Amino acid sequence: MRQSHRLNDIGLINRDKVITFNFNGKSYQGYEGDTLASALLANGVHLVGRSFKYHRPRGFIGAGVDEPNAKLQVTINGHSEPNINATEIELVDGLSATSQNCWPSVEFDIGAINNFLKRFFPAGFYYKTFMWPKSFWYKVYEPFIRKAAGLGVASLEKDKERYEHKFEYCDLLVTGSGPSGLASAYAAAKNGAKVILAEDKPRYGGTLLTDDVSIDNMSGKDWSEKIVSELKKMPNVTLKNRSQVFGYYDHNMMVMFERVGDHLTNKSKYTPRQRLWYIRAKETILSTGSIERPIVFGNNDTPGVVLSSAAKEYMKVYGVLVGRKPIIFTNNDSAYETAFEFKKNNVEPIILDTREEHDSEVVQEAKNKGIQIKFSYGVIVANGYKKVKSAKIGKLTKDKKSFESTETINCDCICVSGFWTPTVHLASQSGNKLKFDEKIDAFIPDKSKQNEKTVGAANGSFTLQETIESGFKTGSELSSKITDRNNENKIPTVTETKHNVHDKFWCMPLPKNENPKRFVDFQNDVAVSDIEIALREGYRSIEHVKRYTTLGMATDQGRTSNLNGLQMVSNIENKIVPEVGHTTFRPPFTPITIGTIVGREVGMEFMPTRKTPMHDWHEKNNAVFVDAGAWKRPRYYKQGNETLLEASKREAKNVRENVGICDVTTLGKIDIKGPDAAEFLNRVYTNAWLKLPVGKARYGVMLREDGMIMDDGTTTRISENHYHMTTTTAQAANVLSHLEYYLQIVWPELNVNVVSTTEQWAGAAIAGPKSRDMLSKLFPDLDVSNEALPFMGYIESNLFGVPARIFRISFSGELAYEVNVESNYGLFMWEKMMEIGQEFNNQPYGTEALSTLRIEMGHVAGPELDGRTIPQDVSLDGLVSKKKDFIGKNSLGKEAFILENRQKIVGLVPTDRKSSIPEGSHLVENEKAKLPNPKLGHVSSSCWSVENNNPFSLAIVNDGKNMIGKKLFAVSPLKNTSIEVEIISSHYVDPEGKRVRS
Amino acid sequence: MLHINCPFCGLRAQKEFAYGGDATVKRPELNKEVSKEEWDNFVYMRKSPRGKHIELWHHISGCRQWFKVQRDTATHEIFKTAKMSEEIV
Repeated sequence: MRQSHRLNDIGLINRDKVITFNFNGKSYQGYEGDTLASALLANGVHLVGRSFKYHRPRGFIGAGVDEPNAKLQVTINGHSEPNINATEIELVDGLSATSQNCWPSVEFDIGAINNFLKRFFPAGFYYKTFMWPKSFWYKVYEPFIRKAAGLGVASLEKDKERYEHKFEYCDLLVTGSGPSGLASAYAAAKNGAKVILAEDKPRYGGTLLTDDVSIDNMSGKDWSEKIVSELKKMPNVTLKNRSQVFGYYDHNMMVMFERVGDHLTNKSKYTPRQRLWYIRAKETILSTGSIERPIVFGNNDTPGVVLSSAAKEYMKVYGVLVGRKPIIFTNNDSAYETAFEFKKNNVEPIILDTREEHDSEVVQEAKNKGIQIKFSYGVIVANGYKKVKSAKIGKLTKDKKSFESTETINCDCICVSGFWTPTVHLASQSGNKLKFDEKIDAFIPDKSKQNEKTVGAANGSFTLQETIESGFKTGSELSSKITDRNNENKIPTVTETKHNVHDKFWCMPLPKNENPKRFVDFQNDVAVSDIEIALREGYRSIEHVKRYTTLGMATDQGRTSNLNGLQMVSNIENKIVPEVGHTTFRPPFTPITIGTIVGREVGMEFMPTRKTPMHDWHEKNNAVFVDAGAWKRPRYYKQGNETLLEASKREAKNVRENVGICDVTTLGKIDIKGPDAAEFLNRVYTNAWLKLPVGKARYGVMLREDGMIMDDGTTTRISENHYHMTTTTAQAANVLSHLEYYLQIVWPELNVNVVSTTEQWAGAAIAGPKSRDMLSKLFPDLDVSNEALPFMGYIESNLFGVPARIFRISFSGELAYEVNVESNYGLFMWEKMMEIGQEFNNQPYGTEALSTLRIEMGHVAGPELDGRTIPQDVSLDGLVSKKKDFIGKNSLGKEAFILENRQKIVGLVPTDRKSSIPEGSHLVENEKAKLPNPKLGHVSSSCWSVENNNPFSLAIVNDGKNMIGKKLFAVSPLKNTSIEVEIISSHYVDPEGKRVRS
Repeated sequence: MLHINCPFCGLRAQKEFAYGGDATVKRPELNKEVSKEEWDNFVYMRKSPRGKHIELWHHISGCRQWFKVQRDTATHEIFKTAKMSEEIV
């Protein structure tokens, strides 16, 4: 198939490899090395999308990151992604793209009716219109806005691609491989510095690929190729193309996005699609170049209006003509080179220069080439709906506010140049306050804040000579600071055309009685009139103007529109641009995929999974697991078709009647050693610890300094100066940090060491009336009588040759023990227990039964110790020493904490003894009271009491025990339940605690 | 992400550390009479300065030592880090 706008002998594409692709259902051909944009333009396709608000036809404006319009839905290998910039994506076989924000098609879009209603859609339209009536919001306005919002369609399929993260350190990071970037990377590399050179595009060289210059008698392109090939040979240099440094963060950390596999047709399984680099650089050189800005004129969004630099890039890099009858509309010299390039390819351009007749090197050259120049001229309005057909042009008066004459000329494209805007995003993100440079009408970096230097066009140097020199100099200086080497560089000789000053002109006036839209921001459909409205309505701060009009928002972030917008505001407000200021340059510079941000942290890799040594056994025995932090704990062991409730009742009942074993490996364990260990525990816990004998365990509660309970658990004195502390599973890490804080900061004089041993010990609880009998079979040589091993006793022994620690402690309220062995023997211990426990009807039990057992005993856990309760609130007053001082003691005397009617723990049963009470229910006196219904407390934990065969809950309620006997309602608007409940004691089973001592 | 110089391990990425608040706060001594005001100041009252701030960091994924960092709260510039036994002046 013929590519109608492809030139024959120009461009850097590979004409040997034809690539077939699909756009809006039609098949086209391009070449390897094309972008989707250049391939479409080669086929004469300009119309690619519809604008966001008015659904106006839109075409390509730029040739790279500057493109605000050509956002397409692109499918490669069955993977579909919205908002892909057609000017950035490389053409690959089988690529298929469709236009967004149009229905039924880009050629005929119903939404374009908005364009004819545009006087009803001014800035702030949404804010003003959708205010009233209030009842319309959910049913009418919101669905309407939702439908109108956004552009493409996100895929609902799971992303099968692989993404990676990489961490890198270097001496010097260079961001951009144009002339200044290449020069600085080269100079730094010669000094032996470890250099990373990042280039966003597939080809290195930046403007050297398109500018008509010569360096050391080579073309710009040849010189860049020479430097790149030298850099590639140096072991201290990493070159990365298709890699954009998109964010500058604290302490010289940059984040870079690398497109690794997007352009490959046959990539291996482990080649990621994209990679995110975290680069910590000692020094950074920002050589990000500049972006051409348009001049604003009527219907300047018509397809066929392109930036003049983009038109040149399409010719020189891709061999593509954006049109055969071009108008070059400029306020400066750089666009003349685009005209020369057209001429070279046998196309006759006409130049409209807003400046008055003058002479310069480029003007002379244009005249010599026979190119027609019209001085003091500009395009007033582009004619044509889906493609430029002609232009109404006008001769400007001296003050440039009106016209001496107007005429219409035929054209098929308008190449516009309003001068250059340095790309200062990274510099601004580094903390550099930008300054306004009057000479170039744009912001450039001011004083460095971090270790960064900006060079070349990004710093406002628009001559190659200056750019290359500053590149060599800066690269050399920064690297020699690090490597202490100072290689002499021969600065190459540069030949370039001298440019005259540009015209400080950015927006064409309109003739009387003509009112075409003049767009400032193409992506967000913000026209000159919208900014005028915002200012008329009193928005002054540029940040407010931005939000009211959406100027410079979305993926485009105002790359082509920001400065024109600022100029507009400053003109109307009669302020100079630096007084207006600029909006924030936020990362990322261009959109990046969520996949890249997430990297490998998906599915099983989302977070580490902690498994106990007995995990495989649980799995084989139908355990249903529950997440406890990173741990997997058996919630219950499913038999047949049992439900969670049925299984947990069975398991809990078996503990009350026979014996059960529970994997308690996940409990936090902290080894505490040192001569001052007892004193330390005495300060950490609320109760007394100095007199705990060796071989005994004690239950303790620790507080935060504000008096709230931090955690609870038992600690055992293993030997004179050695203790074994247990914490809850959830608080293990916090408790260790807490202990370290006091030992290292508050009481460094205490001679104590703490270390986590959670993963060193496997633990199993044996609970139930038959647990002693079972224990005696596990340790046949050991005296396990109540006298030898009493409640809270501790003994060391061995389990069939494996050293074991035996604690007589209980969470279930039954006679119970906990056995710890070294982790490697955990499974051995468990299997022995299952085997020997058979004759006692032993069953394993999970966390659900564990909770049931502790709740009906009135033992507190996480839901009660929620950071809002002090010991008095949960019936632990007995553990608070009156004699000694401890962490948090001074807070316990606070007025609110000693109030008689403070919220305290109680038990609840439903009056019908049947209805389960949802956890989190609020307790109220009158279920039918008007809202807000005064809340008297909340339900913290609920279970089905196996002992009494009815539901039972723990609750924290105003006035605590004084409420016993009263009836309240437990209401849960979430579960839509309201249950009448009776308040009883929190100790529902064995209130005297006889069983644990039996 | 900050780059923090642990006085024991050297320069490491922020994700290895946990923040611990104002390092100049002194806990009232144990077993001493403390006025209500003094105690409340210790538990609740913290300055939130713009600029230099001496604060605690804990190298939780490293040596597990607490140490002091002098950091600018506005710019994140870190001027000094020191062991708990050392002073930052």
